[in-house]
Amino acid sequence: MKKLLKYLRDYKLESILGPLFKMLEASFELFVPLVMAKIIDVGIKNQDGAYILKMGGILVALGIIGLVCSLTAQFFSAKAAVGFGTAVRNDLFKHINSLSYREIDTVGTSTLITRMTSDINQVQSGVNLVLRLFLRSPFIVFGAMIMAFTINVKAALVFVVAIPMLSVVVFGILLISMPLYKKVQKQLDQVLLTTRENLLGARVVRAFNRQQDEMEKFDTENSLLVNFQVFVGKVSALMNPITYVIINGAIIVLIQTGAWQVENGMITQGAVVALVNYMSQILVELVKLANLIITISKSLACANRVSDVFEEKSSIIERKGQWRKAQLSEKASGGNGTEEDGDNTPAKVEFRNMNFYYAGASEPSLSQISFKVQKGQTIGIIGGTGSGKSTLVNLIPRFYDATDGTVFVDGVDVKNYPLSVLREKFGVVPQKAVLFKGTLKDNMLWGKKDASEQEIYEALDIAQAREFVDGKEQGLGLKIQQGGGNLSGGQKQRLTIARALVRKPEILILDDSASALDFATDAALRKAIRESTKNMTVFLVSQRATTIKNADQILVLDDGKLVGAGTHRQLLDSCEVYREICFSQLSEKEVRQHERQ
Amino acid sequence: MKDSKKSKTADRASAAANKNYRSTVKRILDCIGHYKWGVLFSMVLAAVTVATTLYAPILIGNAVDLIIGPGNVDFEGLKTILVQMAVVIMITAVSQWLMNHINNKITYRVVKDIRTRAFNHLEVLPLKYVDSHPSGDVISRIIADIDQFSEGLLMGFTQLFTGVITILGTLGFMFYINPLIAVVVVCVTPVSLVVASFIAKKTYIMFKHQSETRGELTSLVDEMLGNQKIVQAFGHEKEASEAFEEINKRLGAYSLKAIFFSSITNPSTRFVNGLVYASVGIVGAFAAVNGLLSVGKLSSFLSYANQYTKPFNEISGVVTELQNALASAARVFALIDEEPLSPDEYQAIDLKEADGNVEMEHVYFSYNPDVKLIEDFNLQVKPGQRIAIVGPTGCGKSTVINLLMRFYDVDFGAIKVSGHDIRKMTRRSLRANYGMVLQETWLKSGTIRDNISYGKPDASEEEIIKAAKEAHAHSFIKRMPKGYDTVISEDGGNLSQGQKQLLCIARVMLCLPPMLILDEATSSIDTRTEIRIQKAFAKMMEGRTSFIVAHRLSTIKEADVILVMKDGHMIEQGNHESLLEKGGFYAQLYNSQFADS
Repeated sequence: MKKLLKYLRDYKLESILGPLFKMLEASFELFVPLVMAKIIDVGIKNQDGAYILKMGGILVALGIIGLVCSLTAQFFSAKAAVGFGTAVRNDLFKHINSLSYREIDTVGTSTLITRMTSDINQVQSGVNLVLRLFLRSPFIVFGAMIMAFTINVKAALVFVVAIPMLSVVVFGILLISMPLYKKVQKQLDQVLLTTRENLLGARVVRAFNRQQDEMEKFDTENSLLVNFQVFVGKVSALMNPITYVIINGAIIVLIQTGAWQVENGMITQGAVVALVNYMSQILVELVKLANLIITISKSLACANRVSDVFEEKSSIIERKGQWRKAQLSEKASGGNGTEEDGDNTPAKVEFRNMNFYYAGASEPSLSQISFKVQKGQTIGIIGGTGSGKSTLVNLIPRFYDATDGTVFVDGVDVKNYPLSVLREKFGVVPQKAVLFKGTLKDNMLWGKKDASEQEIYEALDIAQAREFVDGKEQGLGLKIQQGGGNLSGGQKQRLTIARALVRKPEILILDDSASALDFATDAALRKAIRESTKNMTVFLVSQRATTIKNADQILVLDDGKLVGAGTHRQLLDSCEVYREICFSQLSEKEVRQHERQ
Repeated sequence: MKDSKKSKTADRASAAANKNYRSTVKRILDCIGHYKWGVLFSMVLAAVTVATTLYAPILIGNAVDLIIGPGNVDFEGLKTILVQMAVVIMITAVSQWLMNHINNKITYRVVKDIRTRAFNHLEVLPLKYVDSHPSGDVISRIIADIDQFSEGLLMGFTQLFTGVITILGTLGFMFYINPLIAVVVVCVTPVSLVVASFIAKKTYIMFKHQSETRGELTSLVDEMLGNQKIVQAFGHEKEASEAFEEINKRLGAYSLKAIFFSSITNPSTRFVNGLVYASVGIVGAFAAVNGLLSVGKLSSFLSYANQYTKPFNEISGVVTELQNALASAARVFALIDEEPLSPDEYQAIDLKEADGNVEMEHVYFSYNPDVKLIEDFNLQVKPGQRIAIVGPTGCGKSTVINLLMRFYDVDFGAIKVSGHDIRKMTRRSLRANYGMVLQETWLKSGTIRDNISYGKPDASEEEIIKAAKEAHAHSFIKRMPKGYDTVISEDGGNLSQGQKQLLCIARVMLCLPPMLILDEATSSIDTRTEIRIQKAFAKMMEGRTSFIVAHRLSTIKEADVILVMKDGHMIEQGNHESLLEKGGFYAQLYNSQFADS
């Protein structure tokens, strides 16, 4: 929470003026019962019509001044709150963008989005409310008490007793009921979950004949919800009656005490009315304060959720100094960063004894991975579900940091690169084909900010997307909906491949990104990539043996271990896992036949 | 197809809403009718509460009148009045609490009844409804709409009735004490309503702007944070931030206006209340001067003036809330009114153990009468046969499954299992004879054990582990933090798609039904594991009939009969070899995967 407060600093003036004017308004409100007392004691007693009118005029004037003050206060607090919200939003967005894959995995995208939107909104209105009301209500409560003291000390003592009692009741009930409300909310979520599950799983529920059980389960969840609701309701329904009893009890005592004081000539009749009025004012304000506290505690919870995200620091840290050192040593040793390397040009990509654990995992997702890739090679990566193929390629552009061991690109430890320099080298095509709202051209420019139309067309050609783009009337100006809803899966995949190719990357990573293409297109795509990108190092992740079998080097992964590396032919002879994969997809004849080619 | 259906139901719903506004109210009253004694009691309590609440200021006024000045205090009379006050206060408090409690209880019970009814209805709705309505919409009816309804109902109970009585009561008391001042109050109060509605109209447009811009911002956040890995891979963070800041700035400007204008409402109505107070003060004072009113009566009036405007503001809130509640209730009732499945036929056969004979005779079916799908489909399956269904997307493969499981009924023709028409047997017994694994994996939130034993809740630990082993899920389950007791989050969020499929397979392995349906059941599992699972299936299915839908041709090569479907027709039938020899559509499909690369 404290972290967020700094965003109010730019609105210091507004944050002070807002509450200040609010208090001014409140003080004018506190004068009203006094003026009324004067009307009774002087105006009515002396039958002075002019005086009554004058005092009545003052009442109206107090109202107008109050209104002006209040409007001023509202304006300043709205300005401060909105400014605060805007600044937090901007910073949080930037901050989230700086988080690495590891943090995104652990925090989860959907919660990041809620925090970015609804949580910040809630905090913003919380700030607004605090600036406006948080000072006002206590001010009126204690102001009323002080005014009572100016009227008569003895009578005012009633206030000294009543206010703490009221506070205990109001805040006590709040304290008890707020956690209960959370429980209700949680139970409601449970009911929602059951409903959702039954809708999405309607076929399975029916196939297994579990409707009756699901209904019973829902009824249990629902009954629990009602029990919680009724219980909370019972507790919070106490608030009004108890405060009512305390306030009116205090008024009884007040009248009794007032009666004695009037009898002794200490105060007037009008003063008694004023005292009673002050007591009523307190009741109104306390109820407001209670509601305010509910809202504030909600905003506080949201504020904590927002600042939790700010707390989350990227685990991928750029080591600035190291980059210069690495450059210098590269120059000194003639471009050879890895000392043990025999020949002079370093491998394009090298893994050395690399282990990787996902956050919180006890088993490694990749263990003891070592291999070298030369510039211009095509590398096939194959293996079963969860064998670590995607993880492996994600480590090269440093989307994740190796837990131990090292990943080198061009002979330099990836941790020694500035991220922008490192990532500039890569074109990545992720598993899930995602396009962004905007024109087709906008999407292509993601790859290279200043790409010419010709460059884009070249990329589309290689990605086998030229034909269907030309088929569209708008061509490159084709509007793409959010998530690419107006394109088929195969079209989206080809465009994401083109997007990565536009930047003519040194290293291209295709992470199972041709799964929605039919076999013929897939083959044509691979052929085009091979022919038109001679110097590009290509990583091909796939489950299809046909996709990778012509690669210069094939890496076979099994349960996070590298169980084979070599060409198709070598692996067929040496690697049991590879053989199994091939024979699971192709007949023996087909395997051998393709080998011959 | 789905659209037209949706718009038709939407039309029907809106027409129903217009016509059945009254019937909605009537149905709500019916639901409340179960608790009519509670409602009656609550109304009596409300009347008591209002009466005593209004009586208290009169007592206070009377008390003030007994305290006129030094030596002029009637302590005896004062004592009686104060005792009366104490009694009145206690009655108010007790009846208020009881009323709130009863209202809570009735509201939540009514809501629970409706929610359970709606959910239970879900389980008997035809799948056609579930398939053609977005699940978000149905969920929001059962959760959000019912919540809205409960809030409206509760407010209606607690505030509408008491509010109206309070206004009437206050007016009555005021006219009873002094008609002149009462007229003044009645004339000035509407001003506050006029002011409030004037501001509301002005702010509406600001809020509209704000929510539009907020929507724009959310969609950008959704897109950029939802695909953050891609944003980072392409180094697009800066552009994203700039786009965000631009929208955020606009949002800030609109928010400031919206918040400011809306926050004018309270001070303005407060100002009008101040005017009412001042007018009562002035007119009352003059009346007192002329001996028409005692000081005590004036103080009663002042407190009425404060009380009187409150229910007005509340009631206008309650009315909108009630309108929302009615609209919500109508949406819920529309769901409950959806026609349920036809019940099983009278004396339907309870199929014990199917022998594995399945026949489809001249089956016609379409989801939408205008779009023909399956026409004159014939199929004879002998016990123990393995039937594979292949064909391009949308050819009706999954539809055949829907018909076999009787998720949908055929339009013409018949499907027979063990020689009986499936419409002549209970749905329960038919489905119990099938084991089904779908491409869309559905898991419920709960432990892995619960999920595997979903079809057989009383399975022993050994049986569960055996099934998991057969599905090749045992080893990854063992690696999970708590093994079989690991809780999987909603829809298996913490599992990979392949792992989810393995669990779904284990779920079926445990039931061991006489017939099996696999609809793309292994599409996310690597081919090596797939082959092992198929071996397990083959062992399990020995002598049992199975239907397999797949697009991976390696999956289906070994089927006894391959049905090749296109546009709802079966165009080829035979085994792998004979179909390849035939050189038709199947051969074309099969060869395309080995297109030369």
